[in-house]
Amino acid sequence: MKAVILGGTRGMGRSLARLMCEKGHEVFLLGRNEHDLRRSAVDVRERGGGVRNVGWAVCDLEEPDTFDGALRQADEALQGFDTVVVTAGLFATQDHLEEDLAFTRRMLTVNFANTVLFCEHSKKRLLERGGGNLCAFSSVAGERGRKPVVLYGSSKAGLSAYLEGLDHKHKSDGLNVLCVKPGFVKTSMTEGLPAPPFAGEPDAVARDVLRALERQRAVRYSPGIWALVMLVIRLLPRFVMRRIGF
Amino acid sequence: MAVEGARQDQRLGLSGWGRTYLPGVEERSEDLAKSSSDYPLSRGLGRSYGDASLLAPGDRRALGTTLADRILSFDDQTGVLRAEAGLCLAEMNRIFLPRLWFTPVTPGTKFVTLGGMVASDVHGKNHHVSGTIGRHVTALLVRTGSGKVIECSREQDSDLFFATLGGMGLTGHILEVALKLEKIPSRWIYAESYRVTGLDELLQLIKEKGKTWPMTVSWLDTVAKGKSMGRGILFVGRWATPEEAPKKAPRPRPTLKMPFSVPSGLLNRFTIGLFNRAIYFSHVPQTKRGFVDPDQYFYPLDSIHHWNHLYGASGVTQHQSIIPDPSGPSGIRRMLEELAASNSASFLTVVKDCGEEGEGLLSFPRPGMSLALDLPIKANSTEVISRLNTIVGQTGGRIYLTKDGLSTPEDFKNLEPRLPEFLRVREKWDPKGKIRSAQSRRLMGK
Repeated sequence: MKAVILGGTRGMGRSLARLMCEKGHEVFLLGRNEHDLRRSAVDVRERGGGVRNVGWAVCDLEEPDTFDGALRQADEALQGFDTVVVTAGLFATQDHLEEDLAFTRRMLTVNFANTVLFCEHSKKRLLERGGGNLCAFSSVAGERGRKPVVLYGSSKAGLSAYLEGLDHKHKSDGLNVLCVKPGFVKTSMTEGLPAPPFAGEPDAVARDVLRALERQRAVRYSPGIWALVMLVIRLLPRFVMRRIGF
Repeated sequence: MAVEGARQDQRLGLSGWGRTYLPGVEERSEDLAKSSSDYPLSRGLGRSYGDASLLAPGDRRALGTTLADRILSFDDQTGVLRAEAGLCLAEMNRIFLPRLWFTPVTPGTKFVTLGGMVASDVHGKNHHVSGTIGRHVTALLVRTGSGKVIECSREQDSDLFFATLGGMGLTGHILEVALKLEKIPSRWIYAESYRVTGLDELLQLIKEKGKTWPMTVSWLDTVAKGKSMGRGILFVGRWATPEEAPKKAPRPRPTLKMPFSVPSGLLNRFTIGLFNRAIYFSHVPQTKRGFVDPDQYFYPLDSIHHWNHLYGASGVTQHQSIIPDPSGPSGIRRMLEELAASNSASFLTVVKDCGEEGEGLLSFPRPGMSLALDLPIKANSTEVISRLNTIVGQTGGRIYLTKDGLSTPEDFKNLEPRLPEFLRVREKWDPKGKIRSAQSRRLMGK
């Protein structure tokens, strides 16, 4: 694959970029901090044996004006990418978001509106060349409205719905849309929060995602056990959801 | 890949490998340069045995480095690797062994971070030839207690550089490490091992084999008495040449996990004696030779995750000391007798001949014989450690801070004439004493 990864300098995106380069795929990193991008590009290259160059360009999910230029740079460097992955996003606890509505607005915009826009830009380029893989990181938090993730979860619910629609519409055009739904994963994003049972490691998520890309799956829960957990949660009647803290 | 399960269960506070808990939480960050100004201490994978990676009383948060694990540059002409301090040695080996580069010095576990290796100035089976890791470190990036970020080396702010090698993280947060890797001829080790009937023969043989072998280490039966006292097995090795090495790369080995903590009382002098005897007599024939996977050769215990749970909830302490050359045999004999007298036993005992003293201001090894004793923690552990320290002091030896959790400040002062100089440099870079650990508070008063 020739993959563009937005968010590849940190957390699960970092793990995925490393793994893909190690497995012989070409990787191009997008992120908002140039210093971080430079460091990660060397890191990813060396983990791939130091043989494949890893390019990068600045692209800020808060600045939709940067999307097209960054994707064009990636296209030139990779001579036509066939895979786009978005792992970037914003997160805060429900309490924090309720306190800080300015941040809530940023979070909702980045996680939903701007991610969708970025996917639209990517989709256009992919469809022009007959398809490819478009993968975005949503969350199990988007599966159902739940007390601890009312705001964050709603941004991810919107993203999941968008990705599902995209899959229905463009599968026949050769576009494989993958919606990744991680459960609780131990990254810097969740640092300081108590880890629940089944908490995952970013490297394990990366392995799951790469396999799902190779098999052209539409949805991937990771760790896999969350598929089962969320199935149960979706089936719980509303009067139960009102009474539990999950 | 990061080490799975590396993060500890933090309900009980933080603990080192010896599983003695102290209050505090670890907060990990991907950006050490940004985060480090807020913390009194950095910690990596928490593999030091005692309280070196734990917080001083009153401190609540330690900075965890394991998410900061990027390779920043690698020069495949010179072998110089620069990386963020949280890079795990297991990961470094996984990336660089296939390219025939290897860390010039490795401790007995690969679940350590680069920063931790520098802070402990670790040594390995090749110490008599290659010295400690510090000898191969070319530069460090450190955030000192006064808040400055300093690039230091042998040429530049060398006092900070030498105090940081083996300085137990007390000179500041280690952010980045530049280390010169060693080019290896193949991915295999050629190893030989010999069963030896007594202490004097063993110590003599390890010295003699050290003249021709780059890697030596021996295991000792601490329970056997009389003529068999100090009997053991000597392991020697070297990297195999490409011609003789097996053609295939070593296969990754399965790892096991200790499923539960063994009840503490189960390990005593009797059961340890049985175990030691079993190891000794199962080494047949008397001499073995062959090609070994480096993973198995350097890190035999890493194949069982959480093997420290073997010691039960009360945990384990290690006492590692070095006895200067002429006193080696008598010093080790006296320590083994001391264990017998106090009805203690060491489960796994390791003896290694050490070479030249490292450059680090508090670096542990010096020419002599190093003895590492694994002691299940019991009611009398503090007294046992104190009596062992007395013996070490009488021979002019010293102890390894990375293993220590129970020594008294008086003992440490007696054993460490280099302490005032270390404290002077530490104070120069951290006048307000912002960087500290439970260990520094215990042994150095601040």
